[in-house]
Amino acid sequence: MSTAASPQSSPKISKISEAVIRIAGNSQDGIQAIGGFLARLAGRSEQEVMTFMTIPSTISGGPSIFQVRIGSGEVLSAGDEADMLLAFYDHSYKAHLGSLKKGGIVIYDSDHMKAEDIPAENLTQYRHVGVAISSLTVEAIGGTGRDKGKNVFSLGLLAKMFDLNVTKLTRLLTERFTGKDPKVAETALNAFNAGYNYQLASAPELFQFNPGENVGLSQVVMSGNEALAYGLIAAGVRFGAGYPITPWTDIMELLRRELPKYGGSFQQCEDEIASISMAIGASWGGRVAVTGSSGPGISLKTEALGWAVMAEMPLIVVDVQRGGPSTGMPTSIEQSDLNIACFGGHGDSPRVVIGTSSVEDCFYTAIEAVNIARKYSTPVVILTDQGIATRIEAFKEPDLQKIVQDISPDLTPVTDHKPYDLSAPDGITRHLAPGTRIASGKYPVVTGLEHDELGHPTGSAKLHVQMVAKRRNKLKKLASELPVPTVYGPAEGQILLVSWGSSQGPVQEAVKLARAAGHAVSSVHIKYVNPLPPGLENIFAGFSHVFVVELNDEGFAGIGQMGALIRTYIPDAKIRGITKTDGLTWKVKDIVDRALQMAK
Amino acid sequence: MSEVAILNPTTSRGLNTNTTPVAPLLDADRKPLTKKEVSADHPTWCPGCGDFAVLALYFKLIERRKLHHEKITTVAGIGCSSRFPYFVQAHGAHYIHGRALPFASGVSLSRPDLQVCVFGGDGDAFSIGGNHFTHTARKNVRLTYVVMDNSVYGLTKNQTSPTSPIGFKSKTDIWGSKDRPINPIKQAISAGATFVARTTATNPNHVLAMMEAAMDHDGFSFIQCLSECVEFYPGAFDAATPRKGGVFNEISKEHDVTDEYAAYKLADTAWPGLFGVYYKTERPTKNANEQSIITDLQGKSAGLEPWQILKKNFDRMK
Ligand SMILES: Cc1ncc(C[n+]2csc(CCOP(=O)(O)OP(=O)(O)O)c2C)c(N)n1
Ligand code: SF4
Ligand SMILES: [Mg+2]
Repeated sequence: MSTAASPQSSPKISKISEAVIRIAGNSQDGIQAIGGFLARLAGRSEQEVMTFMTIPSTISGGPSIFQVRIGSGEVLSAGDEADMLLAFYDHSYKAHLGSLKKGGIVIYDSDHMKAEDIPAENLTQYRHVGVAISSLTVEAIGGTGRDKGKNVFSLGLLAKMFDLNVTKLTRLLTERFTGKDPKVAETALNAFNAGYNYQLASAPELFQFNPGENVGLSQVVMSGNEALAYGLIAAGVRFGAGYPITPWTDIMELLRRELPKYGGSFQQCEDEIASISMAIGASWGGRVAVTGSSGPGISLKTEALGWAVMAEMPLIVVDVQRGGPSTGMPTSIEQSDLNIACFGGHGDSPRVVIGTSSVEDCFYTAIEAVNIARKYSTPVVILTDQGIATRIEAFKEPDLQKIVQDISPDLTPVTDHKPYDLSAPDGITRHLAPGTRIASGKYPVVTGLEHDELGHPTGSAKLHVQMVAKRRNKLKKLASELPVPTVYGPAEGQILLVSWGSSQGPVQEAVKLARAAGHAVSSVHIKYVNPLPPGLENIFAGFSHVFVVELNDEGFAGIGQMGALIRTYIPDAKIRGITKTDGLTWKVKDIVDRALQMAK
Repeated sequence: MSEVAILNPTTSRGLNTNTTPVAPLLDADRKPLTKKEVSADHPTWCPGCGDFAVLALYFKLIERRKLHHEKITTVAGIGCSSRFPYFVQAHGAHYIHGRALPFASGVSLSRPDLQVCVFGGDGDAFSIGGNHFTHTARKNVRLTYVVMDNSVYGLTKNQTSPTSPIGFKSKTDIWGSKDRPINPIKQAISAGATFVARTTATNPNHVLAMMEAAMDHDGFSFIQCLSECVEFYPGAFDAATPRKGGVFNEISKEHDVTDEYAAYKLADTAWPGLFGVYYKTERPTKNANEQSIITDLQGKSAGLEPWQILKKNFDRMK
């Protein structure tokens, strides 16, 4: 929190440009809800926001946290250290005090923790404010609620502390709680007001945000999974199929709910194999369809994905990565599915893989994935991850009228058509949807067997060689058409950090931090994972070290999955990996420390 | 990133597709397809394989029902029988082993204008595809599924199949199979199929009658068609073939096809069992159920363009 003290008053009010607030409690405390309100408020107040949440893998009970970083400027990561901690219990206090920066403020529930129990050394390092959150909430809204309402009371406290826009917050609360029973909204407002009006006399400091940079900009606030699902709808996708698994499930639930409004549908299937098969069937039906999963579900899809590669069927496969292998770490972040996304399955099976780097990027990536799938008649895997999936960000409202596309199947009869035409000038296969009349009376078949130009099976080695090349070359053509990645920071220096997927934000922040300390560090982000975009070799030439930053294991060769992939294109020993597998997002400072250490 | 770098392609047709305008044809002006027009690759089956008859009858059905090329969609999994789509001059898909039903469901649900027919073997249907069989049946997805049951794995050359009888000697049960075989008819009824019939490739008229009835059925229609593998299980169905000394017993006209329990009981008739329609009932199809959800929700946003519907959601996220 960069502060500029205002004239003395009691308590003093400081102007700040950003704050990292961590709320810790149990999962039934509605912590995610407070986080969500803060995020949406920030979005409505022209401030950027990025949230970070951990949810316990057990469904109820157990610890839960939400961290929100609100800034008047560009927010690239959830923040390494918190400026303020709101702890509902003794255990939340103990577990999360370490994440608070020295001198930071901790508000604790004095009903659950006694002031005299706080170790003296803590009191010297952090500023403590005890508020009887539980009993004050009960007092405000009546005795039955117990833990209910604590979250909204605390939101009131935070609103006071950070001088948040009460009118907007009240409206958000009313919108959220106005359901069947008007009493619910009333109760919520009572709890909020009790928190807001609570005498924070003991607070050492109050804060006020500088005006945001995005003044006048209309922002939307949503999670990465929501943005991805809406992106698919905007792209024109009208059919999908899936099987529930965390953290992919939200996407399928949203599509199931929304697609019928557009005349489409989403099917919950008996398993992931059926899901991808249904989606492929619908794609063949003439309109690119979507399937998706996480962890083990992705493994199950690989045989069918191979069919889509062989038959050259457009298809979107969403992989919301989580810790693996097997059931692994269902609610942890990892980027360890790059290999299965690029290479999973038997045989030579080229396909397109794109990563998502932010919530906003999820929306646009989904549209692009659909366009690539159609243009190159290929399956496209969207690699997103648990972190992006669940975090909430504010971004500029897209111009939907311009962006929403129509991709209805074209059933106009043709004279003649060979899907796998080897002499097609662009080298690209395209299918006609069933139902299309072909006047020549020669109809194509789509198949997983090696085939001739009409899709009929062949044992000819010559055709196999030609078709393998065709499937490879169309994607090489795509690669040549991809935009050359841009370097963040100067084009020459000592260290180049390479990011993909969700490491983009933390890596760019690491560049800022390192440069501020006088180090010649830049970064480049790789959005298109497979095939890789052109121009990387030239970019790498400007640096003595190239470190690929990714959330997976260094493997036998001491380099992460993306690092290894890049090395197959550019076999240069200066390309090394910065990897980790602790299931959390990157801390900016760790990236910088490790990079500088490795470059010594 | 806050923009789309790769744009929506302007065409979904190949650059070499001959798109010279084709004169529109009224269905009434079109002649029924001849066998020659509807056959594609010459079947690769062994001479004498029961599957030839099923293919010939499918052609006959297409001719009889005056189906045009583009309205026929033939889908299959993997196996000898599953090579079916290559032999039909129409849009077809040869998918992966055991998964033809979910693929076909994707076609049926996204393209209600198409008549989807799925062909495959007993291994494809009841072993690797067993789970899909159950769920496609219970959801009552509108399509016709003909399982060409030879009670053996043909393509992989003579292993035990889920319908191989006890005692059947295959390369994986050289002493004779000991596992209780699946009864496809009981399986289909208990899974919730709404049309369940049994026929045999040696009785062409009966096959055709069953296929016609299946196609007329609005829902998941399932036919078990005995189809001899002359290579690995010759004589499997002699008991049902009069000219081989067997008996072809049809289900009695008295049988109430809507009586699930009666149908289930009939399915236990001693080998070679009975032929005909065991069970037929009306239940809303998956296709109709989805359509009613669509109609409901679309009614609420009548007159809105897709971008406006989406905008409503985005407005709520501000
Ligand atoms: C995933 C997978 N496993 C195994 C196979 C090998 N395979 C091909 S067909 C087949 C069984 C064929 O038996 P059936 O379905 O009864 O068809 P039939 O050949 O008898 O007509 C097997 C095991 C395969 N293609 N894919
Ligand atoms: S192996 Fe059997 S099932 Fe396969 S084609 Fe030959 S006879 Fe028919
Ligand atoms: Mg068989």
